[in-house]
Amino acid sequence: MRRREDTLSAVHLTDYLAASAARFPERVAASDPDGTTLTYKELNERAGRIAGFLAEQGVCAGDRVGLSLPKSTAALTTVFGIMKSGAAYVPVDWTGPAERIRTILKDCQVRALFLDSSRPELADIAETVIWLGKDKSINSSSSSFTWDFVLEHSSRAMEVAERQPDDLAYILYTSGSTGIPKGVMLTHRNAISYVDWCSSVFAPSENDRFSSHAPFHFDLSILDIYVPIKHGASVHLIPDDLGKSPKDLARFISARQLTVWYSTPAIQSLLAEFGNLDRFDYSQLRLVLFAGEVFPVKQLRRLAASWPHPAYYNLYGPTETNVCTFARIATPVPQERTEPYPIGWPCSHCAALVVDSDGFPVPAGEEGLLYISGPSVFSGYWNRPQESAAVFLDRDGRRWYNTGDVVKQDGHNGFVYVGRRDRMVKRRGYRIELDEIERCLYRHPEIKGAAVVSMSNPESGIRIVSYLASPQNSRPSIIEMKNFCNEHLPSYMNPDVFVFVDSLPRTSTNKVDYQGLIRQLSH
Amino acid sequence: MDNIKEEIRQYILSEFLPGETPANLQDDTLLRTSGVLDSVGTLRVVSFVEERYGIEVEAHEAGVENFDSIAAIAAFVQSKKALA
Repeated sequence: MRRREDTLSAVHLTDYLAASAARFPERVAASDPDGTTLTYKELNERAGRIAGFLAEQGVCAGDRVGLSLPKSTAALTTVFGIMKSGAAYVPVDWTGPAERIRTILKDCQVRALFLDSSRPELADIAETVIWLGKDKSINSSSSSFTWDFVLEHSSRAMEVAERQPDDLAYILYTSGSTGIPKGVMLTHRNAISYVDWCSSVFAPSENDRFSSHAPFHFDLSILDIYVPIKHGASVHLIPDDLGKSPKDLARFISARQLTVWYSTPAIQSLLAEFGNLDRFDYSQLRLVLFAGEVFPVKQLRRLAASWPHPAYYNLYGPTETNVCTFARIATPVPQERTEPYPIGWPCSHCAALVVDSDGFPVPAGEEGLLYISGPSVFSGYWNRPQESAAVFLDRDGRRWYNTGDVVKQDGHNGFVYVGRRDRMVKRRGYRIELDEIERCLYRHPEIKGAAVVSMSNPESGIRIVSYLASPQNSRPSIIEMKNFCNEHLPSYMNPDVFVFVDSLPRTSTNKVDYQGLIRQLSH
Repeated sequence: MDNIKEEIRQYILSEFLPGETPANLQDDTLLRTSGVLDSVGTLRVVSFVEERYGIEVEAHEAGVENFDSIAAIAAFVQSKKALA
């Protein structure tokens, strides 16, 4: 399959903001749940001043600047400010374990860091820290500044002059099998080619109201932020606490008269199950988009029954490619359907190749590894040349990314997701390397061995089970293990089940017998 | 009250702590802030107490202040029942 030759609608993502600010200066660009809004003019000017301040602090094009902030109009302004300075933004989970945030931001050597004032323990990560949040006791010093100080004292708005589409725009960290998260480097070209595809398929206009449910460190945020900003629409920012409360979300979607809802199936399932959706009116909603994992059919049927009129789309793509295949899902979902929906056909800017283990293309209908090529495919992992080289295949004069996902072509419906051949699983849309969990568990002093496996259930989704080898007389309680994981891992990585054993089962070659453990679970 | 605590304890043990020694889950063991219950787990507990005790939990009531320990949940359920 061949892709169309693309021309980009912008050089940098910030061009979208500048153009919309010129066209719709007084329209609302973004709003917080408390009703605080920013017009395009305000967002553009403030972002420019953030960029000016960063430049005064010595931040240059190509530098990385971190942000560990709750979702807010200030965080959105920060994202644009960092890019206007010519730097790339590195968003992290502000609620996550300090150690993981530190590992990520040290790995890519951020020059400056925007921090929420509730996390003072992270201040030593960067030489320049800008504080946001409720704590007003922080005073500005030579290397520590408040957000208000920055906006007031930045001497000039700026936008980097030298711009190329292949400049780094942002780095998103995903779970790494070595136990250390790896940074997926995305350029402006990667994001813009994807955003342009969104424009062609979803026909957004300045009258749209987009949800922004995913946190900024999650790749779903790329559509949430840049598609509305490109078209002069408004983006409605949803912070973590609201995002996890289905009843409040239902009210929010209706009260804001959102026209586009995009989130993982996990959240849409919660909305269908716990949102009491029939209380409100959602007549403005025209698009429901989901991505990140397989949508359990039962839950999708339930959601589509509550929201019958919007168009539903399944979007597929690892962080490394942005969305690369998609399928329109016809609703209502038939009662007799049990198999998950396909991930569909490649987006117009992408090409797909399905190959067997020897690298030969498989006939339609047979299983193979999915490779993706196109302008939205990432340039590599930060500072990991070997791992980067290992995921690419050069063929027919193009560079193909190995998604690691096994798919098969299902007639005219496009590709169907079959599974993985490695130890990566997805839960709530997040990628999880089971080995990263294992490496964490090994750091507990009473744990002599750890083996983590997953099981998939059509009803409840993925469950993560960890087997722990520990002497009978010194076994920690399961609650203690939950506490330990909570301190060291993001919550979506915490195992659901802990099983203590005297020793881990081994194969004849003395490797951990994962297959044996999985067989044990299914009995 | 003790009965409510016991039912909530049994529910949390069976749903979120399979294999745990029941005595380790005390009335004051932290649930939310310690990682025993994540946001989805909390929704399930909320849904459990709503159905079991015939109460309605508002979204703003389902936070750490009412759902961080068995004692807190039981006290919250009790106060809701008294209002009903």
